Amino acid sequence: MSDLDAFRAEIRAWLEANCPPEMREPVADEDDVCWGGRNFKFKNAAQKAWLDACVAKGYTVPDWPKAYGGAGLSAAEAKVWREEMARIGARPPLSSFGIWMLGPALLKFGTEEQKVHYLTQIARGEIRWCQGYSEPGSGSDLVSLQTFGEDQGDHWVVNGQKIWTSYADKADWIFCLVRTDKANKYQGISFLLFDMTTPGVTTKPIRLISGNSPFCETFFDNVVVPKAQIVGELNRGWDVAKYLLGHEREMISGAGGGDRLNAIGAVCARNGGLEDPILRAELAMFDVDALAYGAMGEKFMDEVKVGRAHPAQPNMMKYAGTELNKRRHELLMAAGGSTALEWGSEATDGGKPSRSWLRTKANSIEGGTSEVMLNVIAKRILDLPGA
Amino acid sequence: MPLYHSEDQAMLADTVTGFMAEEGAIKKQLRHWRDRNCQDGFGHALWKQFAELGLTGILAAEADGGMGMGHVEAGIVLREIGRNLTPSPFLATSVMGVTALAAASDDLRGRWLPGVIAGESVLAVAVDEGPKHRPERIALAAEKSGNGFRLKGRKDFVVHGASADALIVAARTSGTDGDADGVTLFAVPRDSAGLGHNSVRLVDSSMASHVTFDGVELSGDCVIGDVDGGRAVLNRMLAAGRIGSAAELTGVGQGAFDITTGYLKTRKQFGRLIGEFQALQHRAAHLYSELEIAEAATIKAQQLLEAGSDRAELMVSVAKAKASRACNLAVREGVQMHGGVGMTDEFDIGLYMKRDRALAEFMGDAGYHTERVARLSGY
Repeated sequence: MSDLDAFRAEIRAWLEANCPPEMREPVADEDDVCWGGRNFKFKNAAQKAWLDACVAKGYTVPDWPKAYGGAGLSAAEAKVWREEMARIGARPPLSSFGIWMLGPALLKFGTEEQKVHYLTQIARGEIRWCQGYSEPGSGSDLVSLQTFGEDQGDHWVVNGQKIWTSYADKADWIFCLVRTDKANKYQGISFLLFDMTTPGVTTKPIRLISGNSPFCETFFDNVVVPKAQIVGELNRGWDVAKYLLGHEREMISGAGGGDRLNAIGAVCARNGGLEDPILRAELAMFDVDALAYGAMGEKFMDEVKVGRAHPAQPNMMKYAGTELNKRRHELLMAAGGSTALEWGSEATDGGKPSRSWLRTKANSIEGGTSEVMLNVIAKRILDLPGA
Repeated sequence: MPLYHSEDQAMLADTVTGFMAEEGAIKKQLRHWRDRNCQDGFGHALWKQFAELGLTGILAAEADGGMGMGHVEAGIVLREIGRNLTPSPFLATSVMGVTALAAASDDLRGRWLPGVIAGESVLAVAVDEGPKHRPERIALAAEKSGNGFRLKGRKDFVVHGASADALIVAARTSGTDGDADGVTLFAVPRDSAGLGHNSVRLVDSSMASHVTFDGVELSGDCVIGDVDGGRAVLNRMLAAGRIGSAAELTGVGQGAFDITTGYLKTRKQFGRLIGEFQALQHRAAHLYSELEIAEAATIKAQQLLEAGSDRAELMVSVAKAKASRACNLAVREGVQMHGGVGMTDEFDIGLYMKRDRALAEFMGDAGYHTERVARLSGY
């Protein structure tokens, strides 16, 4: 038996003993997701037991070093972990922007002290993070952001407003892009971390065309941020932000998997027949594109693992994946007919088809619009002039 | 298996890329033979060079003197053929014909494979009846006649049929047109009495025949595999041809894309390089994305086919449909972005558009394969 086989056997036995049956059911609702944090209310004892068991072994972040709360698994071992989790349909013990976004940035740019402190908190699910990037006047042109941190010696005083801050009303801390030099556009931004309970921080939820949303407006009124809470160098926060955006785009592109890769024609046919030959043809064309994109996702992940992917390729994945997902939901609405229009009925579980359809319209806006993705592809991959 | 080339495959790609760019270049092959009104539509000397590199027998078993490689490797060759618009009998002979002959008797393989592998013989494939690819219906009749068969009917779109030493023919030995069973594959020698070719030049300068079978008498040893049981062999040959043409299409698309982005970086209007205009940048970036996805789907289908996966047929159709659409977008955008010169024969982009059109039809167009995806998915 190879070391990896032995490891697989060990993981399998551990999961068998520690993953409660309830945590092997598919995630059906938002409150099935464990986000952690100071104020998180566990849905049931199983959700807490599953988190605690994983935290004790470092399995909330299996490939992070042990010193920072991870399990220190190699890439091959982490893959085994994911495969064994998938085999029994285990839910992620912990979902968090800390794991997906801030963590990778801290691992690359953080000081040793920051890594030990913040990464450990993230790994244990103690602190829930939100991301302070976009501003009302700075969407695609993010680098024009105006939220300003005034230097007061041992701290900054931050004033300004963020928007589209997911879960700001539930988060404990924020990682935030703040202008610290008004004279330099790119090299005048710093990456700051601060507590959302700091006096002067307020949040306000945003209602979307699809209904309630996790998005908030976040306001900063003379918020005091100690100097130690900067990641990377002063005025070099843009480098951290760009690195982190790469991770966000990979996540939104669904490169790692997810339902947007699936063909939908067969499901639509089962749910009511496809008497309309034009709709059937459109579904078939979609399925071709979805299955082809699935192969692209697989190829992309394979190439990422061995460092063969073009560094700007996540932009292509994000562009193609989100455009495909929008098309998917247009077709699901068409296949659903008038039933899919129901906004509050039991039959549609409170208007799920139409709410999901509307929500997908944001896919090609959030995390960089499709138009920005195309700009990046033109410049960094195709090397077109002046782009 | 990861969806990128192994070390051995990358080495093959290196060799083939250099060879095709040098020996298979547009000026040296496609334009050369076209301008001389060559009735084969390709050069026999180049076919010999294919043999010297072992490419002619790439899919043939090592025991038969071939390289014993698979669809991924054949796809590497076809992508470079596509990129350089290299006219050759490789797809019909070494990919489809050899795949069919793998099911043939020792005698039949011994009769045709050595010539193919040596680059001295050429095979052609006679499946289509009518202007569209509909292999579910095979009408060409092969009736029992003594110890052999008598073939009567016609085949269309037999690419370089008039140059072929043998035709691989799908014929009906029992049942009616639409039956899955009752199909038999034959290797028909070129000098068979009653075989007639109406050879025509196609838009891409390749040659294709309308072939008539006017009571062609064949002995029983010309049968590939089992009488009435040819559908499985036919399907294997079609799958090889479909994924092969998808691979060639990804090369055609990439070739068109490369010269087009090259043009965007050199052509000036309004005092600027036209590649600076966002209207063109976004279209080029979208096209890049489509071509990347088509290539991934093609490699995935090659691997599944090689592994004998039950998802292979589905992905082969996904790949042919996706590669057709992506390549078609590449050549249309290519001509448009070239502007007026894109319409001239002097520039190569128009040649890519012509080749795309012919390859799109070969072994089923995007519509055929999209519909097949629906059927294979159960709707």
